[in-house]
Amino acid sequence: MRVLLGAAFAVLAGAGLARAEVASGDTSGKRIALSNNFAGNSWRQSMLKSWEETASKAVKAGIVAEAPSFTTAENQATEQAAQIQNMILEGFDAIVVDAASPTALNGTIKEACDAGVVVVSFDGIVTEPCAWRIVIDFAGMGEAQVDYLAKRLPDGGKLLEIRGLAGVSVDDEIHKGIVEGVEKHEGFEIAGSVHGDWTQTVAQREVAGLLPTLPKIDAVVTQGGDGYGAAQAFKAAGRDMPLIIMGNRSDELAWWKAQRDQNGYETMSLSIAPAAAQVGFWTAQQILAGSDVPKDLLLPTLVVEQADLDKWIARTPEGGVTNATYTQEWTAEMIDAVKNGKPVPATPSE
Amino acid sequence: MSTTLARRLRALLPAIALALLLGAIFWLQPRAMSYFGLNLLLNLSIPIVFATLSQMLVLTIGDLDLGIGGFVSFVACVAVTLLADSPAFGVLVLAGAVLAYALVGALVQLRRLPAIVVTLGMSFVWFGLAVIVLPSPGGTTPAWLQAALRLKTPLVPLPIVVAAAVAAVAWFLMMRTSFGAVLRGAGGNPVAVARAGWSLLTIRATLYALAGCMGVLSGLTLAGLSTSADANIALRYTLLSIAGAILGGSEFTGGRVSPVGAVLGALVMTLAASFLAFLRLNPDWQIGVQGAILILILALRAGLGRLERA
Repeated sequence: MRVLLGAAFAVLAGAGLARAEVASGDTSGKRIALSNNFAGNSWRQSMLKSWEETASKAVKAGIVAEAPSFTTAENQATEQAAQIQNMILEGFDAIVVDAASPTALNGTIKEACDAGVVVVSFDGIVTEPCAWRIVIDFAGMGEAQVDYLAKRLPDGGKLLEIRGLAGVSVDDEIHKGIVEGVEKHEGFEIAGSVHGDWTQTVAQREVAGLLPTLPKIDAVVTQGGDGYGAAQAFKAAGRDMPLIIMGNRSDELAWWKAQRDQNGYETMSLSIAPAAAQVGFWTAQQILAGSDVPKDLLLPTLVVEQADLDKWIARTPEGGVTNATYTQEWTAEMIDAVKNGKPVPATPSE
Repeated sequence: MSTTLARRLRALLPAIALALLLGAIFWLQPRAMSYFGLNLLLNLSIPIVFATLSQMLVLTIGDLDLGIGGFVSFVACVAVTLLADSPAFGVLVLAGAVLAYALVGALVQLRRLPAIVVTLGMSFVWFGLAVIVLPSPGGTTPAWLQAALRLKTPLVPLPIVVAAAVAAVAWFLMMRTSFGAVLRGAGGNPVAVARAGWSLLTIRATLYALAGCMGVLSGLTLAGLSTSADANIALRYTLLSIAGAILGGSEFTGGRVSPVGAVLGALVMTLAASFLAFLRLNPDWQIGVQGAILILILALRAGLGRLERA
């Protein structure tokens, strides 16, 4: 009894310090799996590595029993559905999902929930109400680009839009945000648009193909993984270098730094930190530990500004994406902020 | 003597492969050995079974359908939009899609076009139509369809009941009726069948229409399972269905098909992926190993085929 009281007191004292409460229920016997639908680009590779880091530390510290990751060979919803059904059969307590489709997995997700499995989706989220969603404000990410451009180019200008993979919801969302931004700020106009598939080589090829038909481009809005390719296409065509928004990839930041040192080139860069997987992990762990977590959580974007370029380059692995580390405490703080309707904490820079 | 034995072994090959896979899965994951487990393990095989039968019907006459994945995606998209909002119109569209399949068959026959090229072209048409019907992932499968696939059949889980029933019907139709014999004959020896007074045009159009019907069933059951759809949902069914049908004993050259084998082949293709997942095999290797399993079974079959002729 005394121990219980003591524990309760400790929790109260912790709350009194205005720090977020980390649910401390025992999860040492729990097993959490990551279901991932695609590993073919640098973001996903970093994401898997981030998961691996956090998972192995948590297993070593005895926080969870096991936290393996599984990736489907082909980026197909039906295959991922089968994968998740296998995870239910294997008896995982929680499944963290980066989904191939926001809706096509719903039947399977419902089955998981019915079997008592906690399902947390992030990045590629699912709409099934029984699952938790770590929502990334992709539309806001598109809009923020035009907001920044409005500051840099007060008279507006002609934009080239590089989109992602056609038919994927993330591409649609970012595009919507960009269109909204263009409508909000006078003088901007999308002069052309290509699908760069979030891949530098594809972006370069597509932009190079479209460039001859375009007027002078003032700025390029992107989705990440395509800014460097676009810059190469502009350079090869001998066109004036526009203001290209970058997406936190190492080649993009390196190019930006070289341009800055050479001619004072200024831009901004933003993307989602691949460590979003860690937020997924800790959210699942907190739910298993008994924390009352709202179904819709929020993840901030990671914005690299001109002033902090060097600092973030140091945190960007060669061939990877600028990353951060989300801890259990950060996740608990974020959950707390969402619960109380407060702005979510910024991406930790340490 | 050894010829009949080889023939029998060859027919049994898909069943043996299925039994081995199931045994291995039960050993790795005893939890799968229950009503709930089998249902989870096999329910996504229902649409694959239908897609494989569709492919088998086209294989009957020596053609290959590269558009089935796009077609099933299209049907799933119609199921979660038109069929849910205005059922009558939805049914009409699906009937039109089956008719389109029959027309593709007629076109292949009339213009002597390679089916592989026509159906590849059609795959883009179906994908485009799917995007028009459902531009971004979503939609809701009609409640009756969802309920139908959640049906808890007594004793034996739904996927097994469906697979058995479908195999029995297809076997009877293709192997035990004169209608089926003519269809198969048109693939095996088209000249003879034409000389006997049958219209190859009608036969090919019929086979394609039947394949379209199977494609519709595949799309509907897939939509029922996933509760919603997107335009990419079934693209991998093209390869899965070909692999399943061939594994089940059909020949690329036509004439020789096995409905029961095709159903078993579809189940093997579904289970092979689960088996590799339970093995905790690195996903980079999984697709390669899946291919290796397929090659192994086909090599065995080719070996038995040689014995058969010997």
